[in-house]
Amino acid sequence: MPSFVINEKCDGCKGQDKTACMYICPNDLMVLDKEKMKAYNRDPSMCWECYSCVKICPQQAMDVRGYADFVPLGASVVPLRGSEDIMWTIKFRDGSIKRFKFPIRTTPEGSAKPDGGYSTAGADDIKGLALFTEPDSLHLSEVPTKK
Amino acid sequence: MAFHDKFETVEVNTDVLIVGGGMAACGAAVEAAYWGKKYGVKVTLVDKAALDRSGAVGMGLSAINTYIGIAKGENTPEDFVRYVRNDLMGITREDLVYNVARHVDSSVHLFEKWGLPFWKDENGNYVRSGRWQVMINGESYKVVVAEAAKNALGMDNIYERVFIAHPLVKDNRICGAVGFSVRENKFYVFKAKAVVAAMGGAVHVFRPRSTGEGLGRSWYTPFSAGSSAYFTTMAGAEMTCQEVRFVPVRFKDAYGPVGAWFLFFKSRATNAFGGDYVVERKEELKPWEPYASVKPLPANLRNYQGMLDEWAGKGPLYMRTEEAIANLAAQYTDEKERKKKLRELEAEAWEDFLDMTVSQSLLWAATNVRPEEKPSEIAAAEPYFIGSHSGASGAWVSGPEDIAPPEYQWGYCNMTTVKGLFAAGDASGASSHKFSSGSHAEGRIAAKSAIRFVLENPEAPPEFSAAEIEALKEKIYKPMEIFEQYKGYTTDPNVNPNYIRPKMYMMRLMKLMDEYVGGAGSQYQTNGPKLQRALELLTFLKEDSEKLAAEDLNELMRCWENIHRTVQAENHVRAVLFREETRWPGYYIRNDFPTMDQENWKVFVNMRRDPNTGEYEVFKRPIISIVD
Repeated sequence: MPSFVINEKCDGCKGQDKTACMYICPNDLMVLDKEKMKAYNRDPSMCWECYSCVKICPQQAMDVRGYADFVPLGASVVPLRGSEDIMWTIKFRDGSIKRFKFPIRTTPEGSAKPDGGYSTAGADDIKGLALFTEPDSLHLSEVPTKK
Repeated sequence: MAFHDKFETVEVNTDVLIVGGGMAACGAAVEAAYWGKKYGVKVTLVDKAALDRSGAVGMGLSAINTYIGIAKGENTPEDFVRYVRNDLMGITREDLVYNVARHVDSSVHLFEKWGLPFWKDENGNYVRSGRWQVMINGESYKVVVAEAAKNALGMDNIYERVFIAHPLVKDNRICGAVGFSVRENKFYVFKAKAVVAAMGGAVHVFRPRSTGEGLGRSWYTPFSAGSSAYFTTMAGAEMTCQEVRFVPVRFKDAYGPVGAWFLFFKSRATNAFGGDYVVERKEELKPWEPYASVKPLPANLRNYQGMLDEWAGKGPLYMRTEEAIANLAAQYTDEKERKKKLRELEAEAWEDFLDMTVSQSLLWAATNVRPEEKPSEIAAAEPYFIGSHSGASGAWVSGPEDIAPPEYQWGYCNMTTVKGLFAAGDASGASSHKFSSGSHAEGRIAAKSAIRFVLENPEAPPEFSAAEIEALKEKIYKPMEIFEQYKGYTTDPNVNPNYIRPKMYMMRLMKLMDEYVGGAGSQYQTNGPKLQRALELLTFLKEDSEKLAAEDLNELMRCWENIHRTVQAENHVRAVLFREETRWPGYYIRNDFPTMDQENWKVFVNMRRDPNTGEYEVFKRPIISIVD
C-alpha cells in the first residue's frame, strides 16, 4: 500500500485524543485500530503519497511503498522534517543512497502575522481596490488599474 | 426514531462562511478576518481536512507559478492577460485575469514574510525559472500559508473535518450550507449571509491511467472531488468554461512536474527517435492560428503535437534530462566548477520532485534513474477540472468595478449569479493561470467583496424551516441508512442488489467519461453521438446515486464526493456537446468538428441548471477584450 505503518514503531499516539496521522491526512485515510493501538491506511488506492503522515509521525513509524501498479520494489524515500529544514534519504533499488537537505521555513513555527508587518493604513476603504495590506505589500504606492 | 436522528444537529450562525481549506480559502480567511474585525462581521471557515495540509498545495510546491513582478518593472498585468488569453486560445475573462495579476504580488510578498523560503540571486531578487515563475523551497508552503490564516481567524472560527454536502439557497439567494462531521455523529447547519466557495477542482471524473493502488496518484489531488462545481451549480449559479478541461503532460505514471525541466533546466522533449515534435509538427497547428504562432506555444497545442507523435507510433516520448544537464554543465570549462555545478543541478532536480511529487522521486529511485545519465518518459495524463491552472472551468463571476465591462459586472467582484455566493480559486471560471499564489489572491479579493456585501445587505437571508433542514439531513445520511437497512441481505456487503458502494460508483463514472467523453483511454477523442450516449448513461448513474451506500462516515464522504463529481461530469458533457468545434486539440478533439471555428465559437459556453426543475440551459456569452 502507498503509505504504511510499521507495526513495531507505531504506538497509536497513546495519550492523545487522535493520532498525528489521522489528524493530518488530507484524504481522511488514517484510522486507529483501538484494540491493537496501531494506525493503518484504510484505502491505499486513495492515497496521494503526499507524505504528510510520514512527516508528522512522532515515532517515525510511517513510510511509503510505491504504488504497486508501476513502481518496482526495493527503493525508499524517507524524510526527516525539522522546524527549519527537511532531510531526505533516497535509497535506490540498486542500493545506492542520496541525501538532500532543504530549508522549509525562515521564521519560527507559529509566528506568521497575517499582515506580515505590512501597513494596513492604505486600505481602509471597504469599497476600494486595495486589499488589507495593499498597496504596501505590493511595494507600490497604489494598486494598478487600467488607464 | 428516524435513522438520522442519531446525528446531533449543530447550528452555526455566521455572516461570511468560507468553504474549503486550500490556497483560495486561506487567502479568503486572512482577508476576511481583517475586514471582519474592523466592521464587526463574523467569519467562519469550514474545511473537510486539516488546514495545514489540505488542498492541492498540501504536499508542497517547488515554484510559485504566478508572480508578475510589477514593482520591479518585470511585467505588467496587461502582459499577463495577453499570455493567459493566448494559452487559453482566446477564451478568457480578461477583467478577472487582470484583477488577479494586479493583486498576486501582494500575496507572494506576504508568503515571504510569513516564512516561505525563496531562492534569491546575488542581488537579493527572486530567482525566476520562467517569465511568470519564481523558485521556492516549498515543502512547507501550505503549512506557512495556513498558519497565517489560522492566526488571523482563530481556531474558534475554523471547523475542520466537516464535509459540506449541499448549499442552502432560496430565491437565488445563498443562505448557508449543510454538511457533516467525518469524525463525530454531528450534522452541521451553517447559516450565513455570504458564502465564499473555494473547494478546489475535480479529479477522478475521468479514469486515470493507473487504476489499482495507483488510482490515488492522480496528477491533481484525489481529494479535489468537484465540490466547488457541485455547490455553485446546485445553487443555481451560471457556470462557464465547463468544457475547458486540462490535460497535463507530466513524467509518466508518477506525474512529477515538468515545468522546472522545460523552463529552468531548458530541457527538450523528444519522441523515441530523437525527433522534436514541437519543431517537426509546426505545420500541423495551422488550423489553430493565430494561437499556433504565439510564444510560448499554448499548453494544449504542445500536448497535441506530442499526441500526434504517439498516435503515429513514435512513442514513448522523453524529457531529455541528460541532454539538458550536459548543456548546462558545459557552460563551465573549469573541471572543479563544472563538478560543483553538476552537484547543484542534481540537488535542484531532486528537490523539484521532493517538494511537490515525492512519488516521482520514489519511481526514479526504484528504476535507478539518474537524470544526468538518461532521459525519462513523459506522457499526457487523464483530464482534470482545474480552473486555476491551464483549464478554465468554474462559476461565472462578476468582474472588478473599475475595469469590467457592464456585461461582466453585476455588483460585487467575484460574486456568482447567486446573490451572496462568491467563488475563488478553482471554483471561479474563465480566469486561468492563477495557480497557488493567484488562487490565494483571488480568495482575498472574493473575501473582501463578501464582507462588503454583508455590510450593504444586512438583512437576514430567507429562513429555512425545521422541516426543510430535517429533509436535507435525512438526504445527507441516506447512504448510511441504506447500508444499515440492506447489509444483511448478502454474505458479502460489497455485492448487494439494493445498493452501490462509492468506489464502484466512481469506477462507473470514470469508465463512461473515459470511453465516451474523450479520456486518456480514448485518445482524448469524442463526437456528438458519443456525448449523447454519455448523457444517457449519466442519467442511469444519477438515478443510482440515490442508492449509494456508506458503511461509516468516511464512506459517507466518499458517497457525497461522487455525487459532486457527477455534476462536474454532466456540466462537462453538456458543454463539450454544445461547442461545435475543436478549439483545444491537446485537451479534447470533437471528431465531428475537428477544427477551430473563430467566427461562431470565439465565445464563452455558459450554462445554468435550474435548481427547481433540474433543467439545464446552455448558451453563449461574448468575449469582451479589455487589453489590446
